[in-house]
Amino acid sequence: MNRVVVTGLGCVTPIGNNVETFRTSLFSASTGIAPFPPYPEAPGPTQGLRFTQTGHIKDFDPAQHLPSGTIAATDRTTQLAIVAARQAAAEAQLLQHHATDTIAIILGCACSGRQSEETETIKLYARDARVHPLTVTRTMASAGASHVSIDLGITGPVLNISTACASGTHAIGMAFHMVRSGMVSAAITGGHEAPLTFGFLRAWDSMRVVSPTQCRPFSADRDGMTLGEGSAMLVIETLESAQARNAPIYAEIIGFGMSADAHHITQPAPEGAATAMRKALADASATPEEVTYINAHGTGTQANDTTEAAAIHQLFGPRAHQIPISSTKGLHGHSIGATGAIEALATILSLKENLLPTNAGVTEIDPTLNLDIILNTPRHSPQQVAISNSLAFGGLNAVLALRHHS
Amino acid sequence: MEDIATRCTEIIAKSKSIPTDSITLDSTFEQLNIDSLDKINISFEVEEAFSVEIPDDALGTIRTVGDMVNGVIKLREAKVATP
Repeated sequence: MNRVVVTGLGCVTPIGNNVETFRTSLFSASTGIAPFPPYPEAPGPTQGLRFTQTGHIKDFDPAQHLPSGTIAATDRTTQLAIVAARQAAAEAQLLQHHATDTIAIILGCACSGRQSEETETIKLYARDARVHPLTVTRTMASAGASHVSIDLGITGPVLNISTACASGTHAIGMAFHMVRSGMVSAAITGGHEAPLTFGFLRAWDSMRVVSPTQCRPFSADRDGMTLGEGSAMLVIETLESAQARNAPIYAEIIGFGMSADAHHITQPAPEGAATAMRKALADASATPEEVTYINAHGTGTQANDTTEAAAIHQLFGPRAHQIPISSTKGLHGHSIGATGAIEALATILSLKENLLPTNAGVTEIDPTLNLDIILNTPRHSPQQVAISNSLAFGGLNAVLALRHHS
Repeated sequence: MEDIATRCTEIIAKSKSIPTDSITLDSTFEQLNIDSLDKINISFEVEEAFSVEIPDDALGTIRTVGDMVNGVIKLREAKVATP
């Protein structure tokens, strides 16, 4: 089987619209969570929400990146996907070194073209107005993957994966297996999501899982998640092809594990998360003792953080409280189908820089979790083996195992 | 006529990401690389801009920018004539 490495990165996120800015924000713990802009279509001055902040992207003007026809034909989520994919492909010089029919595009997106859907629905139900003829193609969940394919001329396997909050991680894992097996020579993989409509915020508000303040994963006083948006893309290829052309290598993906809780549509179960982590390490032919960093799903809800901690204790036993852990959601928020890809990006940069990001937002670590949560300053950690967890609603778990490459 | 032609040209230019000065009344949709989905999209934008509705059978006969402009003029005239 092929060894698989990461040779290109791209992103448009609340903490940076390119990888350099993202890296700076990640290691300086500069949060992208901020009061969200007004929703003119929302009734009432307070908008009736229990929260005022989201992890939203700043200063992204699609007209600076895309022709007017593409903008008219696409939802914001697709625009984020195209821009991030272009960055990753350009950095890896992907199209110069791989035939277009040997490249896969495997993306995660769970909320589809939510903004376009809501805009047209408001027109239809409130004003009996006609629905735009591109609504179907703007809102289909696979639109992002298709447009990246069209934009770059890539003709290999192209898929969208929708597994709620684990979509991006499932996508990267599936792409990893496709490159490792030799089915394709390279892949663009990651996630994208732009769900921050007023209707989306109200739906989450009704579930009472969004923080009225700010996401503080693993904090004793945590009070919920913060919703976000964004896109992160990787170019992955075989170690052999990367070395043959002297491509810079960020990190190696060594394993991928999946599981389902088969338990509850929102309440997580520790056995499912522990199984996915165990499978990822088995897939990597690595042992739990080799793991030196966990990028946690860490949403900041009571249920997730308690269950994820229990799963880590189940798998790692007495070593659990010695493994450095951080969730980066206090920086970029929870962007549903994109968040796993954004966290994979954070993990890959950690491996590259030998530096573990802090768990932003915590005031006091929840002592009942008994975990080594990284606080205050990034921690130096050479030669890491890391895992990145995504634990989705519906009990769908996906875990990537990655290793420093030198 | 001029305003309608200008607006139709702007809508086509935006949809196809091409400069307005590359579009004339004699330009065919084929020359402008306007496919069937583009045509539906452009027609919708034109309908919204001029508050008209292009009938399905008329849509099929539009081959040039001038055809579209003349069609809009006729639809607007018919609208004015109908109390």
